[in-house]
Amino acid sequence: MSVADVPAKAIEGRSPGRIAWMRLKRDKVALTGGVVVIFLILVAVFAPQIVSLLGHPPNEFHEDLIDPDLGTPIGSFGGVSSDFLLGVEPTNGRDVFSRILYGARISLIVAFLAAFVSVVIGSLLGALAGFLGGWVDGVISRLMDLLLAFPQLLFTIALVSVVPNSLMGLEGSSVRMAVLILVIGFFGWPYIGRIVRGQTMSLREREYVEAARSLGAGRGYILIKELLPNLVAPILVYSTLIIPTNILTEAALSFLGAGVKPPTASWGKMLSDAIPIYQDDPMYMVVPGITIFITVLAFNLFGDGLRDALDPKGS
Amino acid sequence: MNETGAQTGAPRAAEASGASAAEEPLLKVTGLVKHFPINKGLLRRQSGAVKAVDGIDFDVRRGETLGIVGESGCGKSTMGRLITRLLEPSSGKVEFEGKDITHLGVAGMRPLRRDVQMIFQDPYGSLNPRHTVGTIVGAPFKLQKVTPEGGVKAEVQRLLSLVGLNPEHYNRYPHEFSGGQRQRIGIARALALKPKLVVADEPVSALDVSIQAQVVNLLDDLQEELGLTYVIIAHDLSVIRHVSDRIAVMYLGKIVELADRKSLYEAPMHPYTTALMSAVPVPDPRRRGAKSGRILLKGDVPSPISPPSGCRFHTRCWKATELCTTQEPPLVALKTGHQVACHHPENAPDQAPGDKALPGAAEAVETPTL
Repeated sequence: MSVADVPAKAIEGRSPGRIAWMRLKRDKVALTGGVVVIFLILVAVFAPQIVSLLGHPPNEFHEDLIDPDLGTPIGSFGGVSSDFLLGVEPTNGRDVFSRILYGARISLIVAFLAAFVSVVIGSLLGALAGFLGGWVDGVISRLMDLLLAFPQLLFTIALVSVVPNSLMGLEGSSVRMAVLILVIGFFGWPYIGRIVRGQTMSLREREYVEAARSLGAGRGYILIKELLPNLVAPILVYSTLIIPTNILTEAALSFLGAGVKPPTASWGKMLSDAIPIYQDDPMYMVVPGITIFITVLAFNLFGDGLRDALDPKGS
Repeated sequence: MNETGAQTGAPRAAEASGASAAEEPLLKVTGLVKHFPINKGLLRRQSGAVKAVDGIDFDVRRGETLGIVGESGCGKSTMGRLITRLLEPSSGKVEFEGKDITHLGVAGMRPLRRDVQMIFQDPYGSLNPRHTVGTIVGAPFKLQKVTPEGGVKAEVQRLLSLVGLNPEHYNRYPHEFSGGQRQRIGIARALALKPKLVVADEPVSALDVSIQAQVVNLLDDLQEELGLTYVIIAHDLSVIRHVSDRIAVMYLGKIVELADRKSLYEAPMHPYTTALMSAVPVPDPRRRGAKSGRILLKGDVPSPISPPSGCRFHTRCWKATELCTTQEPPLVALKTGHQVACHHPENAPDQAPGDKALPGAAEAVETPTL
């Protein structure tokens, strides 16, 4: 059979990535999670525009909407109205809707960048440990054990309280955010590092690696061209699963007062502000609570679906 | 088929230029040893070694097919990886075309990788699932920085059609092929650089029996077409019989018998070979009764960490004598083209007559009741 007598259109193979995408499209739950995730990202990105249309600036006080005796919002459900979609904050009367939107920015920026830090350090060190083995593996593995045993929360709280207000050209909340990103990211890398290390160790023994060596491939070629394409899937899956964890960690730290500085809006801070007043104004606690819940759930569902789609043993 | 002519032209011209070189074996292995250390404890102190390959000698002649047989764990795959230098020998010597390649590094081996290629056992594991067939078969050119005439793509497509695949499947991924087709892709990759020696490690054992014949015949045809030399490692005696010119039988890291195919199958000398031969199933129920010489070896292969003294087979041999437990029999030619390492070979004069039989040796085998 010569090349001439087949149709001009070349036969295209279905790449593993395309197959995963087709599987993902069939998974309605994961797709819903994905849509919510994209929606949240868009909301966070366009928060100023949305707020200018539907709300009030996040730090604008509306004391006229607060019952001066009780300190709770006037009106039912925490002062929900067409003007204040999710009600107003007790005491100061700030717009909860716009504070949730601006809080999403903080949450997502911290979660994504911290995940990025974890993934970069974890993939690099994990792949090196798994690929090189020997003492390199020993050192990196012990380091991971050490970090996993570290009291991360206490360390972060202690660190945040001693960080100065301005650091390396950043100021106020930006310093806190940078610290949060680095600390959460740094304590998160051993989780992904272990996964990548294990994967690399098992991939290293595959026959196609031997085949590459028998063709004269060096270590760099094997690591980058043969192993890395096979590590992309687990890294991607783990990234989508580490993001909701980071959102929770950020919320927890803000709740404990180690998050961004007021008046910057943050979900965890809103929750902790709601504690003393929850009997009189439960709405103020419910709104950030449900927001965190939906966000984390959406990321987790999407991550699980992605894992199923990328799993070569799946149907 | 013009391209194929050009391809085989080069090695043939090289052979013609040195007539004396034709006598020189393509690959010469002397005293090859591979011990894998076992490290124990906190200090990773070496507590022993797995003696996977423990001193073997053989030659591979140009244009022949050398079959290596033996049961699982006898070191045949390790041997294959040693001669292709995927593993570093512990000691001994591997010479390829007279050049010592025993301890060459990655960079030193790189030019030789063109001449020595390998076909792997697992058609699923030996192809990277994230690469297209074009990338896989084209990798040798990229790694060796060779640009074939007409470009890499044209050459890859020519190789694909050479091994009986549709060249239009260039952009497909390995998972879109069957086991037999995948093995053909592996063969195409091994042949890309026009090697002189191809080491095939269990090339068909992972395939369906019906596909095995296709792949074995493909290997045969390619050998004729391209003038290849093969070292084929397998545990299937009928496959080995079909493809080999000479056969080496391995047991626990040693070659126990090395002979021409005809000589080995008609008159095996080593008791282990005899036992192996008797285990080949006869695909004919009417002839099964007639073939009553089935020898069932008892027990397992001893551990290669501490192999038995003397002849390594003496623990399972029905002919073992006291000499066998103390003195290791050398691999000697008892007939032209037939080497065996045994004190008491079958189909040949006894090398140590009159030695006292080991107690219990006679019970080392059982006769099947069926």
